[in-house]
Amino acid sequence: MKKEFYNIANLVTKNAKILDVGCGNGELMKYITENISKDIRGIELSKSNVQKCVEKGLTVIEGDAEKDLRQFPDNSFDFVILSQTLQAFLDPENVLNELLRVGKKAIVSIPNFGHWKVRLHLLLKGTMPVTENLPNEWYNTPNLHMCTIKDFENYCKQRNIKINLKNLKFQNLFSELGIFILEK
Amino acid sequence: MSEKDKIKTLLVKKPLKLDCGQTISDFPLAYETYGKLNDKKDNAILVFHALTGDQFASGTNPITKKDGWWNYALGPGKAIDTDKYFVIAANVIGGCMGSFGPSDINSKTKKPYGTNFPVITINDMVNAQYNLLEYFEIEKLFCVIGGSMGGMQVLQFVSNFPNKAHTAIPIACTASHSAQNIALNELGRQSIMADRNWQDGFYEEQNKQPDKGLAVARMAAHITYLSKAGLQEKFGRKLQERDDLKFSFDADFQIESYLRYQGSVFVDRFDANSYLYITRAMDYFDLTKKFGGNLSKAFEKSNTKFFIISFTSDWLYPTSENREIVIALNAIGKDVGFVEITSDKGHDSFLLDVPDFLNTVRNFLNKSYEKI
Repeated sequence: MKKEFYNIANLVTKNAKILDVGCGNGELMKYITENISKDIRGIELSKSNVQKCVEKGLTVIEGDAEKDLRQFPDNSFDFVILSQTLQAFLDPENVLNELLRVGKKAIVSIPNFGHWKVRLHLLLKGTMPVTENLPNEWYNTPNLHMCTIKDFENYCKQRNIKINLKNLKFQNLFSELGIFILEK
Repeated sequence: MSEKDKIKTLLVKKPLKLDCGQTISDFPLAYETYGKLNDKKDNAILVFHALTGDQFASGTNPITKKDGWWNYALGPGKAIDTDKYFVIAANVIGGCMGSFGPSDINSKTKKPYGTNFPVITINDMVNAQYNLLEYFEIEKLFCVIGGSMGGMQVLQFVSNFPNKAHTAIPIACTASHSAQNIALNELGRQSIMADRNWQDGFYEEQNKQPDKGLAVARMAAHITYLSKAGLQEKFGRKLQERDDLKFSFDADFQIESYLRYQGSVFVDRFDANSYLYITRAMDYFDLTKKFGGNLSKAFEKSNTKFFIISFTSDWLYPTSENREIVIALNAIGKDVGFVEITSDKGHDSFLLDVPDFLNTVRNFLNKSYEKI
């Protein structure tokens, strides 16, 4: 399992009610189910990933977070997890609002466009950065709204979203990934 | 052994108050079982059939000699594995495979009920079948499952008996029958009633059968079970055993010949009045309205784990209507999974060899059974 998933799993509390938005093949959900809380379910857009979740015996709803978070009442989960997909939504602002509406807390991770490798790539090569974490070319990337850790922090400050915890020591320059616990 | 002896029947003695106001008692409920009920009695699955199905879901139907209607999904080693689970399937009341229906003899008049049979509902069907739990002394079913009208019965069952099933799988169905579906059912009914042999529903007394009307009803309905893409791929404009158009109203096209065949074999196994009664039950189904416009309330008391399945090319019970059920369950924090299976086989997908569907059902059942 990815190191990021261990980090996220460590942030949720025992037997909490959890929603994993964009849960992929269910790897993180399976880990959390077996070790931390059985009260977890996921939303996933990809049909093949949905099948993989069902194979693992996980509760999954095929759907699009951009439209389907609406059906959940306010504060229906202790934690809502969104791992590295915020930048891929058409309207990330709306998704973020929805996460904070349906979850008491939101755990959000973002690939950091301010990492030094990304900065160096653009500076030296003059082309759109392609790294291990961001492997796509500009014409086929699903990432519509890339941001840096600093951008995300500024955004939260402007919107009065509390950042309860972040994993970042060297912050914007040295972290490839930012993980945040957010609260309204 | 006569044909009737091949049908297992439970005589329900307890009075059942129907939605129409009448009460029935001492009525037959025909059923079939597959697999073995284990000692803990925790491996039972109740299967609900669709409009023209019956209790013979698997193996060979002893009456029609055709394959059981859910042979792809149900049987030893299959998605609903009868080596592992004990499956009960009943014929709905109003049906024509041994359960109390319009062709039964009315003891008062000594004649078949015909259209004097009471109008029944999905609720009535489910309440009648609940007697099977008592008969087999099953405290709680492992699963209730069914597609189309079978899915409606699943929803009704959980609503009526909130803690009698660990899991529920409604497939390709709806919580509220749509105007389009009522319209299509009405088309079928009018076709039967327009047949001179129907005789206001008392055709059996006169040794007549409204076969033509019933066949046309089946032909129309059959089209709705398929998809445009599926039809085009299977038949296109292919001609039936001829090289060119005949400039007549003969079945020039393969699709015409296919539909005529479907109509003609249907009348051999199905009763026209049953077709009227069962389509009516579907039309009357509106669980949302029953709960004051809030479908969530239908499931409020339930702790059943739901798994809802729809198909991309199903335009009769489209994904959007299945999703309404998911939304209602999520709104009250119930455990619900949802999958839309890609298939060009239309509404009939749940009856056919669609591997993604069958694997989904198998995985959900087996993983859920580990946890009960």
